[in-house]
Amino acid sequence: MPFSPIILWTDALIYLFVGIVLFLIWYVRRNEHLLVPWKRVGHSASGMSALTVLLFFLIVGLLDTIHFRPALDHKAPNGERVYSVEVLSMLDLLVTPLRTNMEKTYSAPLATHLYAKETIELPDGKQIRIFARLVYGGAHLQNPDVDHANDIIWRSAKGLMAGSLVWCLLASGLIIFLSRRHQEKFTQTIATILQRKTEIPWYAILITLLILLLIIGCGIALASHYHVLGTDKVGQDILYQSLKSIRIALVIGTLTTLIMLPFALLLGIMAGYFRGWIDDVIQYTYTTLNSIPSVLLIAAAVLMMQVYIETHSELFETIAARADLRLLFLCIILGVTSWTSLCRLLRGEAMKLRELEYIQAAHAFGVSHWRIITRHILPNVMHIVLIATVMDFSGLVLAEAVLSYVGVGVDPSMMSFGTMINAARLEMAREPMVWWALLSAFVFMFTLVLSANLFADAVQNALDPRRRTLKQSKRFFQKLDNKEQTPSKLSQAIKPTGSSHQP
Amino acid sequence: MKNLLEIENLETLLHTGDTPVRAVDGLSLEIFPGETFALLGESGCGKSMTALSIMRLLPEVGEIVAGQVKINGADLLQLSEAGMRKIRGKRISMIFQEPMLSLNPVLTIAEQIEEVLNQHLQLSKDATKKRIQELLEQVGIPDAAQRMHEYPFQFSGGMKQRAMIAMALAGEPELLIADEPTTALDVTIQAQVLDLMRQIQQRTHMAILLITHDLGVVAEMAQRIAVMYAGEIVELASRHDFFQHPAHPYSQQLFASLPGKQKRDQALAVIQGSVPSLAQQFNGCRFVDRCNQALAICHNTIPQWYPVTSDHQVRCHLYQQNAPEKLPIDNTNQCITTLDVKSNTTEETLLQVTDLKVHFPIRKGLLKRIVGHVKAVDGVSLKIVSGKTLALVGESGCGKTTIGKSILQLIKPTAGSVRFRNQELVALKRSQLRQIRSQFQIIFQDPYSSLNPRMRIIEILREGMDALIISKKNDSKTRDQSPNFSREEEINALLRQVGLPVEVKWRYPHEFSGGQRQRIAIARALAVNPELLICDEPTSALDVSVQAQILNLLKSLQNNLGLAFLFITHNIAVVEYLADEVAVMYLGRIVEYGRINEVMNHPRHPYTQALLSSVPQIASNPDRHIIALKGDLPSPVKPPTGCHFHPRCASAMPICRVTYPPASTFSATHTTHCFLYPHEQVS
Repeated sequence: MPFSPIILWTDALIYLFVGIVLFLIWYVRRNEHLLVPWKRVGHSASGMSALTVLLFFLIVGLLDTIHFRPALDHKAPNGERVYSVEVLSMLDLLVTPLRTNMEKTYSAPLATHLYAKETIELPDGKQIRIFARLVYGGAHLQNPDVDHANDIIWRSAKGLMAGSLVWCLLASGLIIFLSRRHQEKFTQTIATILQRKTEIPWYAILITLLILLLIIGCGIALASHYHVLGTDKVGQDILYQSLKSIRIALVIGTLTTLIMLPFALLLGIMAGYFRGWIDDVIQYTYTTLNSIPSVLLIAAAVLMMQVYIETHSELFETIAARADLRLLFLCIILGVTSWTSLCRLLRGEAMKLRELEYIQAAHAFGVSHWRIITRHILPNVMHIVLIATVMDFSGLVLAEAVLSYVGVGVDPSMMSFGTMINAARLEMAREPMVWWALLSAFVFMFTLVLSANLFADAVQNALDPRRRTLKQSKRFFQKLDNKEQTPSKLSQAIKPTGSSHQP
Repeated sequence: MKNLLEIENLETLLHTGDTPVRAVDGLSLEIFPGETFALLGESGCGKSMTALSIMRLLPEVGEIVAGQVKINGADLLQLSEAGMRKIRGKRISMIFQEPMLSLNPVLTIAEQIEEVLNQHLQLSKDATKKRIQELLEQVGIPDAAQRMHEYPFQFSGGMKQRAMIAMALAGEPELLIADEPTTALDVTIQAQVLDLMRQIQQRTHMAILLITHDLGVVAEMAQRIAVMYAGEIVELASRHDFFQHPAHPYSQQLFASLPGKQKRDQALAVIQGSVPSLAQQFNGCRFVDRCNQALAICHNTIPQWYPVTSDHQVRCHLYQQNAPEKLPIDNTNQCITTLDVKSNTTEETLLQVTDLKVHFPIRKGLLKRIVGHVKAVDGVSLKIVSGKTLALVGESGCGKTTIGKSILQLIKPTAGSVRFRNQELVALKRSQLRQIRSQFQIIFQDPYSSLNPRMRIIEILREGMDALIISKKNDSKTRDQSPNFSREEEINALLRQVGLPVEVKWRYPHEFSGGQRQRIAIARALAVNPELLICDEPTSALDVSVQAQILNLLKSLQNNLGLAFLFITHNIAVVEYLADEVAVMYLGRIVEYGRINEVMNHPRHPYTQALLSSVPQIASNPDRHIIALKGDLPSPVKPPTGCHFHPRCASAMPICRVTYPPASTFSATHTTHCFLYPHEQVS
């Protein structure tokens, strides 16, 4: 085999997470009454646009999760293949030029020269201080001063063309699929999409996709010959760093939440539901945890872990495995320290709910405590959980930045938004300022968090049965019926008014 | 007489959904100076929206699209917002339904009234203070000079409503809009507040626009009445005309659906369906779908105003000059079906409660030491015979609901015994209790919070079956059901029993109206075949017409299934209609207990007498005289010594302050606790 697959701890957890999500999707698809509200998610224009962007991030993150060690050219004396100690991911493979094209130090986005002057010895022995040419960025240009701008415009135009071409292919594929499904003419389907009359807001999705593909196309076209977002202090491409950071952000955001949720849900609801001494114990626990400054607690835990890793270096085959264990441990400790706020929220909500009459009625039926918690209380606090976790998601990505600043964040060999922001601290103090690292970290993080927020918002709107009035939901059901009876007519499956204008 | 307020063709839209809701649709009315004008209607008819439109205090989504609101000839809708502020509180004031929510909890009463005074009258500081005290004295707040500096939480519900009235009166308005001013209050307090409003009106000659759904309150207060239905007024009459000859079928059916003593042995007339959605355009009469006298013309022609007498108008085709021949109203067949006289069931005691006490400890301090007890229920004994109804009557806060819950062991009683079919329930373990839980169930007051919004109806109904019947099967194989008889069929049968279509089981609770939800709650309780149903104010959150549907349902269930009810309520009319026996509660104790006729016709305890006399009556009765009670219900933390009622009792004697009176017996079934009557030696 030309490579040996590696599954790191966080990879395994991500696969598990993906597995759970796929199982839930399968389960929901089998139950009509669960499917109906989820179909409503598909009707929110902002939610579906956000999902499109989010999917891009997820694809990048998942590609970066598939790890392997490539085989080296030479073989061991006994004829076995020797694998590199460097662990690569699918993403690394796809963007190899970004990974390998290292400059000497800082260079601005799309620049052809370094950002700092350096002393160069001329062939005649004289020394001058100039901005040196980059090794890779714009290296193909003979006369950068003249050709630079034209070359960039020409290449980005080509990239835009390619992006729109891909978009056209995707869009026509989609339209053909839709018209097949509803047995309609191609042009008819286009017309309904353009008039924004489709049930799923394809119009908004296609526009988002177009913007996304244009940016990607432009980026790909330029990235082969330039550093699109510049380079950092050691000359590494910022675009590559940003792409690699996506996985770390997703891992910290999702795994921490996964670790935190059981604590927060179980303890919070138990405290609010049972009251009495159970409440006291749980309250004292989280008040104690809260009273320790969380940064110090995390620092102490991470340092302990670091010592353990260093004294047991024989346990780790590669640097990546070490860094990964540290990341996992960081997620765990972040999870352990961040469940308290959600727990307190849930305790209050459970206290309110336990006095409600439907819970009293369940008591009168002798329903067990466990069933009351899972069937009555849990579904009714899910909206809080959903909001809190999405809010936490951005908070956690930021917390990672703070921890990197203190020096207890992810392993220095890993690239994350935190380390990028942390590095930018010094770069901002330079004269002239290095702004591109911070800006790209900011733009990527902002897009990720915003799309996650918008999507969660759409999910919440759709899943809360109280949000919809009697009349609207009736109409919705009628429409579904129509669709089932006459699947051949798209016009009946189409909403009478734009689905994006819901109260 | 010149009109004080004149509303012409007012139209208010609410932009909440895809199509605007016509909350008020072409409403016109006049109010004369010094009169009380009542706007009567079910919830969702646009009564409150009318009031808010007059004040121009509509919510964000509301919009007045047409019409005029003139006060003394000046159109309010043309005024600027600044101009409107000079009207509000000065010329038109408003009091709201919830006194708890309409006072700011962090300002003292004096500060809140001062706000109004500063806005409208330029008074010196001393004059302001004097005026506040005067206002509070005017609304009957004792010791006003001291109490004006207290915060709202130090006032009881009735006191808060008085303070609200004082605040509304501060600017000496010409018109007072009272939006359900007494709905949240108890009957005795309601009587006080209504009396106060009448007195103030006589003194100041202001007009009152009274918005209410309570026919009794209307009968006591109003001079002229407008009946509102689905955004428009359908009948306009003086009080006498309205109560003697209600003209519109809606008004007639509303009267027919009121419960009462005379209707005990028959089902109540119900108004089918519910108020139509106001988002649609109406082509005919809005009431046509629920009307029992509908004609063909009603479906396609919007009725105009037709006079019945000179000052009695109605919007109904039946009163057209050349009206088509009236259909004979086939009341007996159509809506009033006489129920079978109850078959005499064996007089088996189902539930026996003896000396039940529920005390909630009050904890204070760091170590949570117990510093006192709230004696919510303090030694209550009662007995329910199978197939009969015991009504538990009393004001809010007297411990009625606590009794219900402690019988079900949802609240652990502090002392006493609850025996169900000779099995002691107190001190049973959770698992032991579960085996007999199916025999007694509860229906709650608020149908909106008693169904889990995240569960479908089928899941709600199955829950009790799953939790109880399975465990029962394990316990004993008494259930003689064929195994094929599936749960789903059982649920279908239940839904049919409570009068709902079978398909609703796939829906979520939010898709139902209040009455339908209450039916579902009843079906849920019935799912486990109980013998005793504890009904905790099951109709107090519902409109009169819906209340009639639920009462009919309960009554037919009792006849068909032989259920016994413990009916907890404060509504005397419902008690008279439904109950076999009555227990009157005051501050955690039962003060009078007896058969329905004994208690209602010959109330012995002064509290019962006062309670019954304060219920607003529809039929004007010259002999009637309201026994006004002083003050409010005392706190159950420190109940008065001796007889709990003595501080408010008109005939209190010295001994009442010392010891609690023992029972005085009038007949085998009628007892009371009062020193006014000789009590026999306990044998």
